[in-house]
Amino acid sequence: MEFIVASSVGTLTAAGIYLILRLRAFSTILGLALLSYAVNVFLFASGRLAIDLPPILSPYGDASYTDPLPQALVLTAIVISFGMTAVLVMVALGAYLESDDDRIDLPQAPDEDDKTDGEAAQ
Amino acid sequence: MAVNDYSLIIIALLPFIGALIPGVMIRAGRNACAFFTAAPTALSLTMLLLLAPSVMDGQVITAELPWLPQIGLSAAFFLDGLGLMFATMILGVGLLITLYARFYLSGDNPMGQFYTFLLLFQGAMLGIVLSDNILLLLIFWELTSLSSFLLIGYWKHLPEGRQGARMALAVTGSGGLAMIAGMLILGDIVGSYNLTDILAAGETIQASDWYLPALILILIGAFTKSAQFPFHFWLPHAMAAPTPVSAYLHSATMVKAGVFLMARMWPALAGTEAWFYIVTTTGFVTMVLGALIALFKDDLKALLAYSTVSHLGLLTMLLGFGTPMAAVAAVFHTINHLTFKAALFMTAGIVDHEAHTRDIKRLGGLRTLMPVTFAIGMLAALSMAGIPLLNGFLSKEMMLEEASHTSWAGSHLAVPVLATLGALLSVAYSFRFIAHVFLGPVRDDYAHEPHDPSPGLWSAPALLVVLVVVIGIMPSVAEPVVRVAAGAVTGGILPEFHLKLWHGITPALFMSVIAVLGGAALLAAHRPLDRAWIALPRPEAKAMFDRMIGGAAGVAARITQLTHDGAMSRYLAIFVASATVLGYIAWSGGGLPAPTRAPLPVPPVVAVGWVLLLVATGSVVLMHRDRFRALIVIGVIGLTISVGFVYLSAPDLALTQISVETVTIMLLLLALHYMPKVSPIESSVGRRIRDGAIALAAGGGVGALAYMFLLRDIPTISDYHIANSYEGGGGTNVVNVILVDFRGYDTYGEIIVLGIAGLIIYAVMEALLSGPAARKLRNTDYSRDRSRDRHPLMMVIATRVMMPIAVLVGVYIFLRGHNEPGGGFVAGLVVSIALLMQYMASGFAWTQSRQQIEYHSMIGWGVVIASLTGAGAWLAGKPFLTSGYDYFHFPPIEEFELATAMLFDLGVFLTVLGAVMLMLYSLSRIARYAGETVNREPMDYDPSALVRFAREED
Repeated sequence: MEFIVASSVGTLTAAGIYLILRLRAFSTILGLALLSYAVNVFLFASGRLAIDLPPILSPYGDASYTDPLPQALVLTAIVISFGMTAVLVMVALGAYLESDDDRIDLPQAPDEDDKTDGEAAQ
Repeated sequence: MAVNDYSLIIIALLPFIGALIPGVMIRAGRNACAFFTAAPTALSLTMLLLLAPSVMDGQVITAELPWLPQIGLSAAFFLDGLGLMFATMILGVGLLITLYARFYLSGDNPMGQFYTFLLLFQGAMLGIVLSDNILLLLIFWELTSLSSFLLIGYWKHLPEGRQGARMALAVTGSGGLAMIAGMLILGDIVGSYNLTDILAAGETIQASDWYLPALILILIGAFTKSAQFPFHFWLPHAMAAPTPVSAYLHSATMVKAGVFLMARMWPALAGTEAWFYIVTTTGFVTMVLGALIALFKDDLKALLAYSTVSHLGLLTMLLGFGTPMAAVAAVFHTINHLTFKAALFMTAGIVDHEAHTRDIKRLGGLRTLMPVTFAIGMLAALSMAGIPLLNGFLSKEMMLEEASHTSWAGSHLAVPVLATLGALLSVAYSFRFIAHVFLGPVRDDYAHEPHDPSPGLWSAPALLVVLVVVIGIMPSVAEPVVRVAAGAVTGGILPEFHLKLWHGITPALFMSVIAVLGGAALLAAHRPLDRAWIALPRPEAKAMFDRMIGGAAGVAARITQLTHDGAMSRYLAIFVASATVLGYIAWSGGGLPAPTRAPLPVPPVVAVGWVLLLVATGSVVLMHRDRFRALIVIGVIGLTISVGFVYLSAPDLALTQISVETVTIMLLLLALHYMPKVSPIESSVGRRIRDGAIALAAGGGVGALAYMFLLRDIPTISDYHIANSYEGGGGTNVVNVILVDFRGYDTYGEIIVLGIAGLIIYAVMEALLSGPAARKLRNTDYSRDRSRDRHPLMMVIATRVMMPIAVLVGVYIFLRGHNEPGGGFVAGLVVSIALLMQYMASGFAWTQSRQQIEYHSMIGWGVVIASLTGAGAWLAGKPFLTSGYDYFHFPPIEEFELATAMLFDLGVFLTVLGAVMLMLYSLSRIARYAGETVNREPMDYDPSALVRFAREED
């Protein structure tokens, strides 16, 4: 079981990183989505794995429970990563609509503004 | 003897509090504004003078409030003789400047701003002279740099003003940085940042190996502030400030801060050879050089600026001598310099104000046109020259006397000769100030017909000149102050001395006579000398400074270009690769304990899920260019993960993940509608291999790390939460209790972040729709992407039926959340999905027009409810967000629980719902611009409606 979870985290991380290294905003958003799955599962797994031991207190005597703390952290992390993805999507959409291009890298040609600044500083 | 008196803290803080007033009072008129600026200063001064008698009796007044005791920083203030003298000067001259500036600044200058800056600066200066903690002193020291920047650059429209302010900030600010280092070393040597402790530990400090670095660093701070060579060049450029600023900064305060610091640190640092050679030599060079340049400056304020540089050099030199008598002379000259130099700056300001020029070559003959100004200016200038019966003479005599028996590097002649030369040049430029401005024939080409100003302008310098004369004739009036201040400088050891006019025939008297005669002769020969000076090649400090700054900026720009070339994917590649390498290094450095957990078994169904996840992830990578398909497959991954959460005992996570997944995919689909549907192939094969290698290395690392820790146990704090969940939080769902109670504050912050994210999206949408993007949206044809059956009958009916059920589920999940899986987060998402289904079925505008809720206010109410619930705990005397609960029983229903945590969860619910809906709302607004039509009917084909409507829809 441990290997299943660990290998899934690894695969999701690798896929996410490969996608955020692409040149288009949409691929990067997909990559970040995969990365947030990976991170959430990773954090969740830091409480170690347990089957059929949900952290819901049982009224019948001593029972053992899985670690609730990582779950609480991951719960908010899922919601927040949704919020951040939404902001990112909106910014990417805005950038695309305004510049007609969804590349994430700036064009490599020397910038005119930088040139004049450099001269003024001399 | 130390006396505790907390009024000292009030004295130090009054100017800062007062700084808030002028900005408000300026609406009541300029006089009211000036009055209310003077009020806190006057109050502070009065309180100070109430403390003065005990200080004059030799007591030290202290007041301390702990601030950050862990790092040795406390708001500790103390008032001894030196502090009293400087504080009185700062506040007294501050009052005069307030008066003078009221009449100097014309109506179109923002006066409220000026007075605010002035009070800020005054407070910072006061803080320096009253601090009993060197860290606190450093804070005030930096504050003077910042506030003087604002004052010098007050005339923002003048390029000289801006450049001067920048230069002053760059020079004094970097000096301040050096001083911070020096002070930290000093504190480290002594083991305390308390000034009183440091001053008492002079011998320890001077014996330390770190003495010299500390000394040099601290002196760099003092020298830059006090404009000592080679840092003197900023001061003349700061003259672009309005004259009241120059009069304040360059007579009584800013530049004296360096002198004050050297005097303050005198018991700890002075008396060694290093101190003598560094301080005396610097003072020397500055004194002579400043005086020489001053003689040839045609701008009145520049002349005074360089004379200030020269006099600061003199003070530095005196402190460098390291003898108690020289310290007495330095203290006395500080007072005298303040009186005549502030008066002279104000005189220059009056001349400028009335004649509309400060160029000496265009002035002259003002004696008869401006008799009052002439009297003030002449007395002050004569005092600067050191003419008897004026206070400048007394301290200059003392300086010459001290110089006459100081030897420098074995030479008995160097110091006296150079001191006399400095005095001689000082006489020359002082005489020039009088002769070339006021004496001579009346001219007929003044820029503006000059005449004496109103008393408002000349009363402040007149008062100072009265002091010049009174101290000059009866030096004994100043003696108690000088005695107690000099006593504080030397740490109590004072030689027997009396300030008096006539010391008999001494070497100093001869030197004085030579200086006066020589100075007069030099003035007589000024015209040819001036021509020679102009012809002489001189290094231009400003050009050198600008080149240096330009060079530094160029290097910074090149580094930025090299590392920040705008290629986001490159940054990410470097970041991921180095994080992986660092992780590997960390791993290879430490050992790995043996596994403590046995692996859990893998049932076949889990293996199937695993394969599904791997295949889906691989597919996303392989077909990420086909954006729609990749998005759908991402949904599969999310669902698989939710199922995994269920299996691994995390029902809350599963619920959240599945609802978030739904909303996220919808959002991405909406956004994709306006973006290209495919990504072109852009990166080369080599680059894809490189990225793949980085990704595999990082993913492999993370996976291996996860596998390693999954097989090992660590101590955890979770047992506490499980044990106290029911007792303390009143819930059996530990995850929910952690969210709303144990870590309620985190959740509180989190919902605020989510709310802000919703608002950001709304704001970006608003900005987009008012910019060029809106035109583009209108002119793009999206109709090809649209379904021909946009609002199908089946979907409309199904969502209508599901709506109440979905809301009910939401309410159920919310209510049971405290004890069973669920809670505000999940409930908010479920209800928002219920609403979203309606939007999808019948179109956004159609649905929107049928509901009355404002999503902005829903976010707001959510945060408000959460805050009020949290604050409610205060009423019960508990900390923020402590929850309370109880059980109730009403006969027909079973016993149930009500907890305040539920109210908090309601806040979470509302914020999540509001934020999600606002995000979707924003994207849908864009759709309207893109030509989305509004349907009048809930569905495209409605068999129950009249045929007429059906036709229209077609």
